[in-house]
Amino acid sequence: MRKIILSTLLILMSAWVYGGGYRVTLQGQKALAMGHTGVAIVQSSESVFFNPAGLVYLEDTLNVTAGISGVFMNIAYQNTVTGVSERSESPMGMPFYVYASYKANDWMAFGLGVYVPYGSEVRYPEGWAGSHLVNSIALQAIYIQPTVSFKLNDIISFGGGPIFAIGSVDFDRSVNRTLTDLEGNRSTVNVEASNVTSWGWVASTMIHFTENLHFGATYRSKIDLNADDGQATFQNIPNSPLTPFEDSKIAAGLPMPAEMTVGISYDYKDWIFAFDYNRTFWNAYHSLDIEFQNPNIPDSKNSRNYKNSSIYRFGLQYDVNQTFALRGGYYYDKSPVRAGYFAPETPRNDSSNFTAGMTVNIGSNFQIDAAFLYSYYKEINASYDYYYEDGVAVPFGGTYKSNAFAPSIGITYKM
Amino acid sequence: MKNYLKYTLLIFLAGFYGCEPEFENSVDDPGFYSSGSADFSRYVAVGNSLTAGYTDGALFISAQAYSYPNLMASKFQFVGGGEFNQPLMNDNIGGMKLGGTQILPNRLVLSVDANGNFSPVRMDAVPTTDAGTKLSGSFQNLGVPGAKSYHLMAPGYGNVAGILQGTANPYFVRFSSSENATVIADAASQDPTFFSLWIGNNDMLGYATSGGSGVDQTGNMNPETYETNDITDPNLFAAIFTQQVDALIQNGAKGVVFNLPEVTAIPYFNTVPTRVIPLDASTAAMLNSQFEPYNNLILPGLQAAGIISSDEAQMRKINFVSGQNFPIMSDDELTDISNLLMGTPFNLPVETAKLLGQLRQVNDDDLIVLTASSVIGTIPDTNNPLGIIGVSIPLEDQWVLTKKEQDRVKQATQAYNITIKTVAESRGLAFVDVNQALQRVANEGIPYDGGILTAQFVVGGTFSLDGVHPTPKGYAYITNLAIDAINRTYDATIPKVNVGDYPSLTLHNN
Repeated sequence: MRKIILSTLLILMSAWVYGGGYRVTLQGQKALAMGHTGVAIVQSSESVFFNPAGLVYLEDTLNVTAGISGVFMNIAYQNTVTGVSERSESPMGMPFYVYASYKANDWMAFGLGVYVPYGSEVRYPEGWAGSHLVNSIALQAIYIQPTVSFKLNDIISFGGGPIFAIGSVDFDRSVNRTLTDLEGNRSTVNVEASNVTSWGWVASTMIHFTENLHFGATYRSKIDLNADDGQATFQNIPNSPLTPFEDSKIAAGLPMPAEMTVGISYDYKDWIFAFDYNRTFWNAYHSLDIEFQNPNIPDSKNSRNYKNSSIYRFGLQYDVNQTFALRGGYYYDKSPVRAGYFAPETPRNDSSNFTAGMTVNIGSNFQIDAAFLYSYYKEINASYDYYYEDGVAVPFGGTYKSNAFAPSIGITYKM
Repeated sequence: MKNYLKYTLLIFLAGFYGCEPEFENSVDDPGFYSSGSADFSRYVAVGNSLTAGYTDGALFISAQAYSYPNLMASKFQFVGGGEFNQPLMNDNIGGMKLGGTQILPNRLVLSVDANGNFSPVRMDAVPTTDAGTKLSGSFQNLGVPGAKSYHLMAPGYGNVAGILQGTANPYFVRFSSSENATVIADAASQDPTFFSLWIGNNDMLGYATSGGSGVDQTGNMNPETYETNDITDPNLFAAIFTQQVDALIQNGAKGVVFNLPEVTAIPYFNTVPTRVIPLDASTAAMLNSQFEPYNNLILPGLQAAGIISSDEAQMRKINFVSGQNFPIMSDDELTDISNLLMGTPFNLPVETAKLLGQLRQVNDDDLIVLTASSVIGTIPDTNNPLGIIGVSIPLEDQWVLTKKEQDRVKQATQAYNITIKTVAESRGLAFVDVNQALQRVANEGIPYDGGILTAQFVVGGTFSLDGVHPTPKGYAYITNLAIDAINRTYDATIPKVNVGDYPSLTLHNN
């Protein structure tokens, strides 16, 4: 037994991660600590996100849980031809969640969740070698999701509800590789849109094959966030009719892709073993296009051409005693980015992710949940080949190496 | 328990700040790039405007950042390069003042008029760089715009008192170590371990850009008798260049030297076409009738009298056609017949005689200089609308580099280049064949990751708005040529610059 605890702790101490594209998989500290598994686990109101169908099986009438993570994403870039090396200076991202569930009667429960499934925060040194692609980007989509969950019997249940999404984006880059003002300052454009809203939905089911073996499946629909009232602000533009750049309203859209999760969990004495499989339908993300209302400014087309991607998640939990539960997990996150489309704004190749965490019970109503994620990206030689200057493709490539850390803390109240 | 969690979190936080991703082989690791057999710890650059980073007809801060020595020094950082300071101008306007009076013009910017035509114009601003304000510190870029080979060895070239007499250079005055310092001594006294030397362009360029208005001083070894637009004697150049290199390598420094592009590769001489005058049939016929006596009486007469050769008589004939025409010009190498024309039997009025004195039409062997575009076709005297330069008023000699003049420039350039190559080889220095490279730019173009560098004015990307000096993109290309040569010669692996990342023209409407 001691050996097993030690190895769990080793997982905890070694490593973890963060999703492909701009998906942020930090939707519950208990689940995160177990490799962000949870579609087939009934344990807390985190199920509002992972599997609404599970809420109806919760023992307590009222379950409230909230948490926040600090995401530290580090990107190193170098090009051996020029000797250029750069490191991202990304600020800490702080995705959060709040879930509540209420068991109305024996066969029906209601839930409400607010969480941040999509987001990205990357900042490079101003004017760095790839600044014509991105200087900085901060994007986030907050989902607000009321759900209902009901069971047909003790074996099978269903859940689901609408999702109201609120998105914002702030994107900054150089206009191109060479345009400057008289002082030699690079010409830049900032694109900003906020309070972009749209609707989607979630549906799920849970099946208890045996008392110990559980199955879950959750589908979350695609939500297109289309901003038609964004603002582009240009800076350091030379005073010349040869440059059409001036501040303008913009329209732009970004898909929050659909996601399908299936998984099983198995209870054995004080242990829970879980496996989840995520499929994210990234093929919805063709291109990041910015249309300027000012007709003189050429629209910005940035091909992305993402492909659907998979994540394989493994987690385990060990209840040490009444007070402590320890968790560990691992997931392998396949990147949705195709070769030749590796843009520095989301430089995500396949990642290995290590998670660990614990819950401390304080009395019978309160829990403190802590989790830690370390994402490891292998060194990769990659390029983005779809940036054009006067119709000529100008690839931007080099070697990237990234990692991410996300210490996370949460609190749970149940009654 | 709460404290325990808090401390755990703090330890985690402290942990990731120290957990930056590290490359297996980082470009910043010592030894990733090799300096080969060279030592870049003290690099000095010596030369003229090209070395200073001069572009768009001026020197200014943002241009100096793109000087090829500065770009090279930034890459030498990977192989043990030390500090590299440049005598920065005071602004991005580019002109210079001396005691409140502007003595050098501002930079050129690409400007658009109301009709959408664009052309280089001088930036409209008051420059803040004063030649009388001495910079403090030591400078590793000793590129002095306007310097000829022998200027680098001339004591007093950095003495403010000599600027107005023309014995000193306002750029060198700003950073010379003393009034009697020479550029070469200021470079050599820094005990360089590596140097670059690109000098000699101005030893013939002034002659060329002035349409050959100077003197070819070949045979005259005394530079004190030279004027600005003269061609330096190639033997003098050889002696001086050798001395300069030997001064720079006296303590065992390695280095790179650059040869000189032939001027015919640069847009200053290739932009204005020789057939620049558009005429309709009736105007051409009218003009031809006016020149008929000159063609059919005067020239044959003078030829018969043995005053001009038959070749000259042929060359001097004027003929306009419907379509694009050669302008008429005054060629100071032709026999001056104005006095004869004023006398018997011609008895022409003074003005007509002067007009015809050294008259001929430009031909395909000539090169019209860039700045002539602002003169050709203009009417200098509004009271005489028929007096059009190039049509009825001859283009002055300074606007045209004739075949003979081109040959003198070419001969000098070739002679200088033999010296440069010979000295480089005998001293084991890296050698950059700029001449060949710019011929390639002019003839076929050089591809880079965003297009093709050509020698076309304004749009070619290589040459700035003055038609002579490179753009930052052009300098970046030259930087890579130099790094290639250094890597080859000294078995080094210095990284290069990405040409497409560098600007070409600056757009601005005053």
